[in-house]
Amino acid sequence: MPTFVYMTRCDGCGHCVDICPSDIMHIDTVTRRAYNIEPNMCWECYSCVKACPHQAIDVRGYADFAPLGHSVRVKRDEEKGTIAWRIKSRNGEKDIDLLAPITTKPWGSGTPQLRDVEPPTQEQRDSELLFNEPKYIRFDEGDIHTLKTNGLVMKQGVSY
Amino acid sequence: MTKTVIEDDIDILVCGGGLGGTGAAFEARYWGQDKKIIIAEKANIDRSGAVAQGLYAINCYMGTRFGENNPEDHVRYARIDLMGMVREDLLFDMARHVDSTVHQFEDWGLPLMRDPESGNYLREGRWQIMIHGESYKPIVAEAAKKSADQVFNRICVTHLLMDDAKENRVAGAVGFNVRTGNYHVFKSKAVIVAAGGASNIFKPRSVGEGAGRVWYAPWSSGSAYGLLIGAGAKMTQMENRIVLARFKDGYGPVGAYFLHLKTYTQNGMGEEYESKWWPSLQEIVGKEYLDPEVSHATHRPIPTCLRNHAFISEVNAGRGPIHMVTMEAFQDPHLEEIGWHNFLGMTVGQAVLWAATDVDPKYENPELTTSEPYVMGSHATGCGAWCSGPSDLSPPEYYWGYNRMTTVEGLFGAGDAVGGTPHAFSSGSFTEGRLAAKAACRYIDDGKAEGIVVSEDQIERRKTEIFKPMETYRIYRNEITAGSVNPNYINPRQALDRLQKLMDEYAGGVTVSYMTNEKLLNIGLQKMEMLEEDLEKLAAENIHELLRAWEIKHRQLTSESVLQHTLFRKETRWPGYYYRGDHLKLDDENWHVLTVSRRDPETGEYTMEKAPCYHLVDVDKEKEAVA
Repeated sequence: MPTFVYMTRCDGCGHCVDICPSDIMHIDTVTRRAYNIEPNMCWECYSCVKACPHQAIDVRGYADFAPLGHSVRVKRDEEKGTIAWRIKSRNGEKDIDLLAPITTKPWGSGTPQLRDVEPPTQEQRDSELLFNEPKYIRFDEGDIHTLKTNGLVMKQGVSY
Repeated sequence: MTKTVIEDDIDILVCGGGLGGTGAAFEARYWGQDKKIIIAEKANIDRSGAVAQGLYAINCYMGTRFGENNPEDHVRYARIDLMGMVREDLLFDMARHVDSTVHQFEDWGLPLMRDPESGNYLREGRWQIMIHGESYKPIVAEAAKKSADQVFNRICVTHLLMDDAKENRVAGAVGFNVRTGNYHVFKSKAVIVAAGGASNIFKPRSVGEGAGRVWYAPWSSGSAYGLLIGAGAKMTQMENRIVLARFKDGYGPVGAYFLHLKTYTQNGMGEEYESKWWPSLQEIVGKEYLDPEVSHATHRPIPTCLRNHAFISEVNAGRGPIHMVTMEAFQDPHLEEIGWHNFLGMTVGQAVLWAATDVDPKYENPELTTSEPYVMGSHATGCGAWCSGPSDLSPPEYYWGYNRMTTVEGLFGAGDAVGGTPHAFSSGSFTEGRLAAKAACRYIDDGKAEGIVVSEDQIERRKTEIFKPMETYRIYRNEITAGSVNPNYINPRQALDRLQKLMDEYAGGVTVSYMTNEKLLNIGLQKMEMLEEDLEKLAAENIHELLRAWEIKHRQLTSESVLQHTLFRKETRWPGYYYRGDHLKLDDENWHVLTVSRRDPETGEYTMEKAPCYHLVDVDKEKEAVA
C-alpha cells in the first residue's frame, strides 16, 4: 500500500499528515494513529517517511508489480546535513548502505532576506535584470545577453 | 458552518508553491520590498510540487561562466527537440537568466557536484548538472518563506477572482483549506499562477495501487491549466502532451543512465533497433527534422518523440521488451553506486521496485517502457498559457507589455503554466517565477491594478460552487443504503476513472498506441461534454474528497483543451507522443504555427487560432539570405 504505519511505533504526532504532498496521510479516529488513506495516490516520495520522528512509516512496493519481501529505509538528518539509505532485496542478496549530503550550510542559514538588501535603482527596475544580476550570471563584468549582443534576430516562418 | 477567511490588500498572490511559485515569491520581495506577498499552496511548500521528493540533477544550466553554452544554443536544442514548436523569445529569456538562479541555489546550500579536474559543475549531459538534491525543495522553500508575508499551506485554490469593474482583469483567487474546510478569499492586485501540469488524465498503465507511481506526481492535477482556462486566458500547444521512455513500472529516470553512465538500449533480441526505423520515420517528418548523420556530426539530438517512435514501433513489431543495457557500465562499482543514488534522489519507488524484484543491473539489463501521456510545460513539452515575452526580445505578436503575463490583465504564469517553454525543468521554472514576479511588481507600480472591485456576489457565488459537492453528498447520500453507487451523483474517483478511459481511448493513450483521429476526437468531445455536466453532480463525503473533486474539475478543463487542440492541429507533428491517423505526416506548409485557444468562461465555447512561429536566426546568415 505504498506507505504504511507500524502500530507500535506511531504516536499520532501528525508530522506525516503535515508534510504529505498528496494529502493521504491521515490520523485514524479509532486508533489515533496515522495511516495512508489512498494508496493509489501515493507516489512513494518518502516525504512522510523522512518526517516521521519514530521511524514508524515504511513502504511496501505497489501491489500491481512489486513482490513482497524488500526494504528501502531512510534516515534524514538536517543537523548533520546527510541522508542515509539502506536497500535490501527480496532474495537477500543485495544489502547496500548509501549516504549523501543534503546541504552544504547549517540548515536554513544560506537563504537571504531580500527585504533588507539595498533596494533596486530605477535603472535596474527598467532593465531586464533580476536580483543579483548581472553579476550572478557569469561572475564577470559583462551584462546580460540580448539579441544584439549575440548577433541574433527573430524571424517568422520555418527554420530548423 | 463554513467560515469565510478574507485576506485583503495583497499585491502579489502566488498560486502554487512549487519551483515556479517559490521563485516568484522569492524575487517579488526584491522588486517589491514594501509589497504584500502571499503564497497559497495546496500541500506544504517544504515538500510540494514536482520536486517534492528531490532531484539528482538540474536539467537546465547553460554554464556560460565556464564557456560551455550560450542561451541561443539552448533555444536551438529545445526547438529541434519539440519539432520547431516553441516560443523562442520566452526560451531565450529563461536561458539568459537561469544560470544566476543556479548560482544562488549553490549559495543557499544546495550541493552541486563539481568535476574534480576542471572545478566546473559536474556535467551529466550538455544541459544537465549533477546535484545531491534530496533537499532541493525544502531549501528553495526556505528562500520563499523568508520573502513571503505569509504562506497559506493546505489551501486548494479553485478559481481566480475577476475584477467586476474592468473586464478581463484578475482580482485574486478563492479556494478552501483542506484541513479546516474554511473558505478562503484572496483579494490581490496581481496573481502569478505557478501551479502544476497534469498527471492522471490519461489512463495509466498501472491501474491498481501502482496508479500512484505515475511519472509526474499524482498531485499535479492540471491546476495551472484549470485556473487559467477557467479565467478565460488563452492557451497554447495544449495538444503537445508528452510520453516518456522510462524504466518499466517504477518510471525511474533514464537521463543519468544514458548521459552519465553511458548505458544504451536494445530490443528483446539484443539488437540495436532505432536506426532501422529512421527511413520510414523520415517519410513522416522529413529529413529536416530527422537526419541521423547530421545529428551525429553536430551533436544535434534526435528529438525525444522520434526516439519514442522507434521504441513503440519496435515493441509493436513484436521484438520487445526494450532493455537498458546496464551490465557493461555497472561493472564499475562507482557507477553502480551512482545508479542507485540517482533513483534515491528523485524516484525512490524505482529503487523499491528493483529491491522487490531482485533486479541487479550488474547482472541483468532492466526493462524499459513508454508511459501514458502527460500534459505539462516544463519537461520535453510546452503546454501552457499564451504569455507575453519581454520587450527586448519579443516580436509584436508575442508582446503585450509585461513579461509572462497571460492574456488576462494582471494574471501571470510561471513553470508549467507558461506555454511554449519546454526544457525549463526545475531551475528554469524557478527562473520563470522570478521573471513573472518582477513584471508583476512593475504592473502594480505602473498603476495598472487601480480600482479593482470584487463584488460580494462573486465571492458568494464561488463559495456555493466550491462546496456544492459536499452539499450534493449530504442531500443524496441517504437515498441509498450504503456503498458508492448512487443514481444522483458520482464520486471523484469514479469521475477520474471515466476521464482517464475517455482520454486514453479517444485522445491517444497507451491502449491505442497513442493513435487518434478526427472522428475519435469528436466522439471524445461529446463524451467530455457529458462528463462536464456530470461533474456538476460530483459528491464529496468529506474535505479530502472535496480536494479530489476540485482536482478532477481542473483535470477535466485541461483535458477538454487537449482534445480541442489535438483536433485543431491537422498533422502528426510529434510521432512518438501521439499520431493523427487521418493526417499521418508532419505538415510544415500549413502547421508550422503555434496553436492558440480560448474557452469563453461564460459559454464554454472554444475558439482556435494559429499564431506565427518565430525562430532565432544569426544576423550574419540572415544578411546572406537577403543578399
